[in-house]
Amino acid sequence: MSRFLTFPRGGVHPGDMKDLSKDSPIKTLETPAELIISMSQHLGAPAVCQKAKGDRVRKGELIATAASFISANIHSPVSGTITDIRPVTLANSVCCDAVFIKPEPAEDDPTFDTKGYASLSGEELLGIIKDQGLVGLGGATFPVNVKLTVPIGKPVDFLVLNGVECEPYLTADYRLMLEHPRAILDGAMIISKIVNPGSIIIGIEANKMDCVAVLEDEIRKAGYPIKVAPLKMKYPQGDEKQLLKAVTGREIPSGKLPIDIGSIVCNVGTVNAIQQAVAFGKPLFERVVTVTGNCVRNPGNFLAPIGTKIRDLIEAAGGLVEEPDKLISGGPMMGFSFWDLDTPITKGTSGILALKYKGRQQRQTHCLHCGKCVAACPIGLEPTMMYNLITSGDYAGAMAHDLMDCKECGSCSFSCPAQLPLVQTFRLGKKMGRAKK
Amino acid sequence: MIKVSSSPHVHSRQNTQSIMLFVILALCPSAIWGVFVFGLRALVVLAISIASSVAAEYALNLISKEKTLWDLTAVLTGLLIGMNMSPAVPLGIPVLASVFAIAVVKWTFGGVGCNWMNPALGGRVFVFFSFSSAMSRFVLPSALGNADAVSSATTLSFAKTALSSGEFIGQNSLQILQTQLYPVSRFAESLSNSTGINAYTIDAFFGLQGGCIGEVSALLLILGGLFLIATKVITWHIPVVYAASYALLNWVFGGLPYGTGLFSGLVIDPLLRGGFLLGAIFMATDYVTTPVTRKGQVIFACGCGLFTFILRSFGSLAEGVSLAIIIMNIVTPTIDRYVRPKKFGYVKPVKGGAK
Repeated sequence: MSRFLTFPRGGVHPGDMKDLSKDSPIKTLETPAELIISMSQHLGAPAVCQKAKGDRVRKGELIATAASFISANIHSPVSGTITDIRPVTLANSVCCDAVFIKPEPAEDDPTFDTKGYASLSGEELLGIIKDQGLVGLGGATFPVNVKLTVPIGKPVDFLVLNGVECEPYLTADYRLMLEHPRAILDGAMIISKIVNPGSIIIGIEANKMDCVAVLEDEIRKAGYPIKVAPLKMKYPQGDEKQLLKAVTGREIPSGKLPIDIGSIVCNVGTVNAIQQAVAFGKPLFERVVTVTGNCVRNPGNFLAPIGTKIRDLIEAAGGLVEEPDKLISGGPMMGFSFWDLDTPITKGTSGILALKYKGRQQRQTHCLHCGKCVAACPIGLEPTMMYNLITSGDYAGAMAHDLMDCKECGSCSFSCPAQLPLVQTFRLGKKMGRAKK
Repeated sequence: MIKVSSSPHVHSRQNTQSIMLFVILALCPSAIWGVFVFGLRALVVLAISIASSVAAEYALNLISKEKTLWDLTAVLTGLLIGMNMSPAVPLGIPVLASVFAIAVVKWTFGGVGCNWMNPALGGRVFVFFSFSSAMSRFVLPSALGNADAVSSATTLSFAKTALSSGEFIGQNSLQILQTQLYPVSRFAESLSNSTGINAYTIDAFFGLQGGCIGEVSALLLILGGLFLIATKVITWHIPVVYAASYALLNWVFGGLPYGTGLFSGLVIDPLLRGGFLLGAIFMATDYVTTPVTRKGQVIFACGCGLFTFILRSFGSLAEGVSLAIIIMNIVTPTIDRYVRPKKFGYVKPVKGGAK
């Protein structure tokens, strides 16, 4: 069907595996016994903690402030007492200070009632977004206020809402679009007031046609100038480069940002959070997390406070049926594998996967020179060439082959018949290349 | 035990072993047909080729301390060598070809993935030039009547020999076959009468012609190719472009050696004869020795078509596919160096700096 758009170069088709959790409505997680709030929840500098051990905090209270321009505030998801402040290791292996909170629900907890915001100016809205600690919830956790601060003289032709969710297994955005379409659309209009875009488009992949119908219906009711663009299923369409190419036909030049081609991309989860922050004064202290995988008894989607231990989430999903081979935070293509169930979730945790690999694991062989990685690379790089250069120690040569443009989407490793650790090697090559420069 | 590793954490179902297995499966119909029409001796040739290829791989595994037997590449090389042998070949020749392919062509460069020439083709060409007369002795399929009357020729070499006598100027290869009474099956004759398609073309399509064990049936080779495309082992680019470029050249210039002028060459018929389809579908698509980019693959395939045409039309030998592919194997690293994919978001550097 020709009305489905997509990006032309590269990409792969991993099985989407969303059936495990897609029919399970978002459940609010019961407040866990302990929360571990990391100071590094976002891209950029870790936030600066404003509390001390033993302090009482209220639900929604600011506990850490943005350390620099690219950083974000952090708020407490519960009322309670700070029992400890000490370093923890996150799922992405980052080690940073974290605030341990013992929740003690209080009678006078804030309820976050509706606020009028129609009269607020773009700048005031941007201020709210900054204060409430909003970051991109798609995974990159880039501070939203920075993204929405459009440099003077750069027009915004497109505001693209990212409802692609191309990572297999994850259904958090899917459920959000299905259950809270109006909140997402209102959120889009709030952003629209800030950046004043030429048009607003929601990109959704073809495995979520029910979301397309729901959103189109809601757009008609609300009378908003928003379009829904159904996209062909292809990984990594959820990456802003591929999404913009698919939706607007424009390519972000190497090393540039979406704004350089007159576009802003926001994940639908982020847009929902923006609406919550502006319309209810609710800071970003909770998010939807998909808990799934073939080792999870009842895969599902949970609205969980930031800082929930992964153990609590897995227990809420009925626990594990068998010991997994891998625990993954995020999707299976770009997520991080971790080992400790007491690791807390952060603002960027879109899913928790517990996977058991079926069948025999294949051994690594020599590169066959088959070119499947070249065909799969959405950026048009030559993974096989870069791999050979890096493994033979020629980091400068790999950089000359545009190693730095690799965004580690994993399409090459996914399709490599020789099972070469391509992405891992590129990460090494980038580090070594930067160090040598 | 919980493992921690770099992303991605899922993998496509394809791996080296499954790919080799699929190629072997795709070759099987044609190989079985070869055994069916040429008799059990063909099976012996195939078995010996595979056995000696695997044995050579095993021996080199012992030396190199690598374990590559189970990736099935040696089985595939052996099978391809066997399929490239005449059913009447002396049994020492496939052994020599297999050992040469594995030991010299493949392992002197470091084993699977490191060789620059297709091992099976290297082995075949080596024995072809070493034992030319034994390698050019063919038998006819038993279905073409008196099998004892060794024609000692494939249709290609038959036409070539006739042409070099100088008596048939002005006739194309099919007319030469006809006037020289190359045997034709009764089935093809009757089908030809009802459809008007040349009976020799029909025989070549279904697999009743003299030739190597694995190359006679165009139909089964094409089916094997479609299977490989459907299972995403290969893409259509190399076989289709190879066939198209060869057919085009043949149509435009193919008449010249026959003295019939430009634009008088046969288009489809030459694709069905000799080792063309076996080469185009199974040898020219060998991963290791072909370019990695689509554009590079198209250039590679055009080159194969060009050299096949030159070698077949103007060379002293009837067959040119093996050499054409080997020539392009040599060019492959150069193609890979210069033909690079267009990078996403590539902006032409603007003269005079900032844009």
